[in-house]
Amino acid sequence: MSTKNQEWITAIKSHITSIKRSVKCETDNHPLKQIIVRERITKKNSVSSRSTPSSTPSSLIDIHTALEGYDPLTKFALEEIDPLSKIAMQNDLTTKSGNIYKGQNDTNNVQTWDARKHHILNQFTTSEKISIISSYLNDDEQEFSVIVKAQSGSIDKVQHRLEQLDQFEEGSQKKFNLSQVEYVRRIDQLNKELVMAWNSEQRVKALKISIQCAKMLSDTDVLQFYPSKFVLITDILDIFGKLVFERLRNKSNYIKPGCKEPTALPVDFSSDMVPECAKETCRNWFYKIASIRELVPRIFVEMAILKSYSFLTSSEYSAALMRLTHMIRGIGNPLVSIYARCYLCRVGVTVTTPGKNNKFLLENFNDFLDLYKHLFTRQIHIELTKQKMEYSSYLTLYSPALDYMLQLIVADASDAILMQILARCEQQNNKFLLLNTIMAGFKPSYISMRALQFIEVITQKSNGEEFPGYVLLRTLGACVTTCPPSVIDRKQILNIAWYHISKIKNPEHYIKCADVWVLFAVQHFMNYEGEFNNILGDIIKHMSMEGVRENFYPELKSIIEKIVESTQDIEAFLIMDNFLPFIDLFQQEKYRSDVCKIILSEYNNDSITSDSIIINTIMFLCGVLHDSINSMSIDDDIRQISEIICGIIRKVDYGQNFEEQLAFYVEARGLFYNLSPVLVQLVHCVNHLSVKVRTIVKGHHTRKTGSFVKACAAYSFITIPSIPSTRTRLEMYLMSGRVALFSNCLGQADVSFKTAISIIPELLEIEEGVTPNEQFLISYLKQFLSTLLVVPDSPEKGVLHLTRVLLNAIKRYRWEHKNNLFEMYLSVLDMLSTMVQETYPYYVDKVESNDTFYGSEPKFIMEVNKVNSIILQELLGILEELESGHMQATLSLKLVMSLVNRSDMFKNDALSILAVNLWKVSSRQNVININHLVSLKDYLLRKNIVKNDNAFIKYLSAFPGH
Amino acid sequence: MSVTLDIRLKKADKVYTEGEKVTGFIVVKSNSDLKHDGITLSMEGSVNLQLSSKNVGILEAFYNSVKPIQLVYVSCEVVSSGKLPSGTTEIPFELPLMPKQNRELYETYHGVFINISYSLKCDMKRSFLSKDLQKVQQFMVQYKQQKTELPRPVSFKISPQSLASGSSAAPDFLIRGKMDSTRCSVAKPLTGFLVLEKCAKPIRSVELQLVRVETCGCAEGYSRDATEIQNIQIGDGDIPQNIEIPIYMIFPRLFTCPTMIKLNFKIEFEINIVVVFQDDHLVTENFPILLTRE
Repeated sequence: MSTKNQEWITAIKSHITSIKRSVKCETDNHPLKQIIVRERITKKNSVSSRSTPSSTPSSLIDIHTALEGYDPLTKFALEEIDPLSKIAMQNDLTTKSGNIYKGQNDTNNVQTWDARKHHILNQFTTSEKISIISSYLNDDEQEFSVIVKAQSGSIDKVQHRLEQLDQFEEGSQKKFNLSQVEYVRRIDQLNKELVMAWNSEQRVKALKISIQCAKMLSDTDVLQFYPSKFVLITDILDIFGKLVFERLRNKSNYIKPGCKEPTALPVDFSSDMVPECAKETCRNWFYKIASIRELVPRIFVEMAILKSYSFLTSSEYSAALMRLTHMIRGIGNPLVSIYARCYLCRVGVTVTTPGKNNKFLLENFNDFLDLYKHLFTRQIHIELTKQKMEYSSYLTLYSPALDYMLQLIVADASDAILMQILARCEQQNNKFLLLNTIMAGFKPSYISMRALQFIEVITQKSNGEEFPGYVLLRTLGACVTTCPPSVIDRKQILNIAWYHISKIKNPEHYIKCADVWVLFAVQHFMNYEGEFNNILGDIIKHMSMEGVRENFYPELKSIIEKIVESTQDIEAFLIMDNFLPFIDLFQQEKYRSDVCKIILSEYNNDSITSDSIIINTIMFLCGVLHDSINSMSIDDDIRQISEIICGIIRKVDYGQNFEEQLAFYVEARGLFYNLSPVLVQLVHCVNHLSVKVRTIVKGHHTRKTGSFVKACAAYSFITIPSIPSTRTRLEMYLMSGRVALFSNCLGQADVSFKTAISIIPELLEIEEGVTPNEQFLISYLKQFLSTLLVVPDSPEKGVLHLTRVLLNAIKRYRWEHKNNLFEMYLSVLDMLSTMVQETYPYYVDKVESNDTFYGSEPKFIMEVNKVNSIILQELLGILEELESGHMQATLSLKLVMSLVNRSDMFKNDALSILAVNLWKVSSRQNVININHLVSLKDYLLRKNIVKNDNAFIKYLSAFPGH
Repeated sequence: MSVTLDIRLKKADKVYTEGEKVTGFIVVKSNSDLKHDGITLSMEGSVNLQLSSKNVGILEAFYNSVKPIQLVYVSCEVVSSGKLPSGTTEIPFELPLMPKQNRELYETYHGVFINISYSLKCDMKRSFLSKDLQKVQQFMVQYKQQKTELPRPVSFKISPQSLASGSSAAPDFLIRGKMDSTRCSVAKPLTGFLVLEKCAKPIRSVELQLVRVETCGCAEGYSRDATEIQNIQIGDGDIPQNIEIPIYMIFPRLFTCPTMIKLNFKIEFEINIVVVFQDDHLVTENFPILLTRE
């Protein structure tokens, strides 16, 4: 290879540019546009033989064969119905045909028991010891003692055996005193024990376990825990009931007419299909249960297996339900009795057809009303004093059961019946508990219509009502928020309600009511700012005490959430006098920033604003958010906050008032100096602003706009250094430089570009992002070069000043892969070769580039050629350093192409010879596909057909063909 | 080599009435050929009387009167001696349920001193080298359904004044109630209600006690014992006042039968309503009842 000094002479092709210009045309297709499906594959006939996927979910192979080579997703798409809706449809069918299961699915507007269960378990907890009596709970010690004893003599042995037998019978009934957690664990243990006993054919033991469990329900030694206990134990009973039912079902395989083999009963079997032996077993179960001595377990266990009555007769249900309803009257403890009724109703609705025969529901409720006085007897008072419980909290224990029962009644009762119930309840003394249940259970629309009536009753001077009034206010609040009362009444309702709420002394009760009623106020009185502001003020008044608000941050937060979610006009909320004081209630950093987040994210969905009060407020909130970040904050949090603030910054728009806008950005920069995404956003905003101004003046800046865009450029230039990421900084500088150029601020553009170049070496220090820095740098520099093409030279700095600086930076950069540097140099060659053309392929509007500047002055061209020659030397130097091999060959070829395309090698023999040598290098090592070389040769020959006296062309013509 | 012998009755509930045919299979399971010296099947029913220990001394004189009374006895050879193939062999049988001469069939009943039971017994005689096999299968006998007669309702009031023991220790209380009938079918529950109208002290429990009264012996001397069959709680704790609390009890099978007044024995039933106050004071009201099968 020759390393003689070759002079680069750039080819100046006047015709190429004109062709390139003409090539520019609009496209109707974006290369990165996402794929849009316009048509779906239609169903093919060949899938007719498939089996339904639901039939054999056994193995993957099955599925594969069933799908016949389609990928599964397409397959399912081909079917008319996707498998999920198919299952749903099947479920639908079974519910329609199934007599027994009807009740469960028909509770459309009834909150299901399962949903309530969870709530009850959370609400009713205790820290006291709960006792549990059972013979099926093992103590580890007990087991141990048995082993030790077994060692003694033969007489002892007999005695011991007898003892053991006794133990198994009932001698080992033990009383444990447990904490709540342990209690729950024990219950769980019993549950497992029951299933285990059942599965190991010890059905009597299973029955005994469930009886013992049911017995626990008659014990109210820890009142506060009773509802939870009820939930836990009825779960066990449910399982027992299910086990009995399933076993009877399995036993009663019947012989279908026309079949020989016995088959399982259909879901909707009738009692005459059940064979005699299964009936006998079933009868036995009921006889056994009927002989349980104690009332409470007997009732509960019978209710548990109530469903099995279907094996005996078809009409037993209604009679049994009624009988059980009446038998519950015998339970003396009103709490136990109401929960027994609750369980009865729950079981009852699963076995009866809704809407029909459901008299027992009403009967149960009426029974409760008849016995309502019983809740306030001396006995209960004594019990409560013993357990140190308030009457008000005692009465709340009734709510879950009562609410559930009433809800079931309401689900299919006529309005007349509801009226009756209401009338009966109103006659009672101590009717608050009942009223609360009614308000919670009846349709909200019904309550809302009579909201005024209710609120008057509630807020009357309570005459010895034991049930807490705030609960009623809360429930009513929930009703009116879900279903607003008539427009005329609203204001009055809110006023009365809030008047009484503000009188509540206990902050916990207060906040619970406020929580609900605030929502009502938001829905209807947001526009009357005075009203709502007063409410906020009232909350602040109640909550501002030291030592109080700390306990209610979650509630206060939920209030904010509700306001923000349901209001139409969040700005009105933001400008209320009491808004900021309200935010001030949150003294704990975490809640404070959470609340700000909630408000701001909601606000981000709003439209743009220019109102200075709102902007002040939201900037204050943003400031709180920003200040909440410290060195301990996690990245995700910071990112989220940054996003929110960026959103807010985009929201602020002063329209034509650009100076105000810029001032805002300056202020924002001062506030959020810690968040680099926000800084980036700000720079983008300012650049956008600058471009907007330029668009308005159509490129002809007046003095005022001129200085404004300069200010913008200055802003960007000052802001960018605060961004920690080098890559981002580089990009921002380039971006801002381009914008400055666009705005005709040549000096600013120049500085930006220079600063960008000066920080390129920083890339060596840290690796950031997914792609390696070098990769990033290449694409970045290419962008940079294409920008530089149109940047006019600064008159003070001499020809190609920026390019030279850049070249130096490129050269000084420690490239890990030399080929990258090689490529960079080639790009510079490309750029410089374009620079000397008479016209450039693109321009910046209203900016004169070097072509006009120099007008193809030979001196300029010479300058460029000088630079190019230096680059060429560099290139050859790199090639030489490389070991011969694939890399060298490829790079050589690239240089050949560059020579052919960019240099005027036909005027300079040295270049031609260089090209020949390079071609030799690339072809000699046999690392480049010969076909590729040949087709390249053909292309070059065809292109330069006239210049066949050139050394390179001659050589090429001699290059072996195929 | 294992052989099992079993009797399977056709009716799942094993309940038969007089004149009905008791049908079923004798099932022999064996995993090899089985030689035997004949299989016989017998049906037996009897009344067993037992004397309560407190009366035994006086009544030894009347030893005769407490001999078991045989009601049914039939025996027949089902298969004469021979060989049964390996596997399961089912031998069907059919026996008419008829009383012995001068006897009548009573309902199955299990009490403390009186037991009325019926059984099928299958014997397989085998050579002296191996043990004979026997299987006993109990079955139940019930009267035929009788015509329903009019119920005999009883209303009652319990108060300190009405008590036989006097009103001394009992608190002031009044219970009003009604039994729907003192003549009850064994197959149907006992029903009624009671209302606590007033009560000075809280109640702990209200219970229904079912009592059998068994009498053994004859005119010369007899033993009469009342024992509890079951006790069912109908009111638990401080029951609410002025509301009808149902009286409801299902008669347990086997342990109850229609009231029987026969020559050598009597089986009668009574209901006690027991009210226990919180201070353990106990008040009982007794109702003799007549059980029938209607």
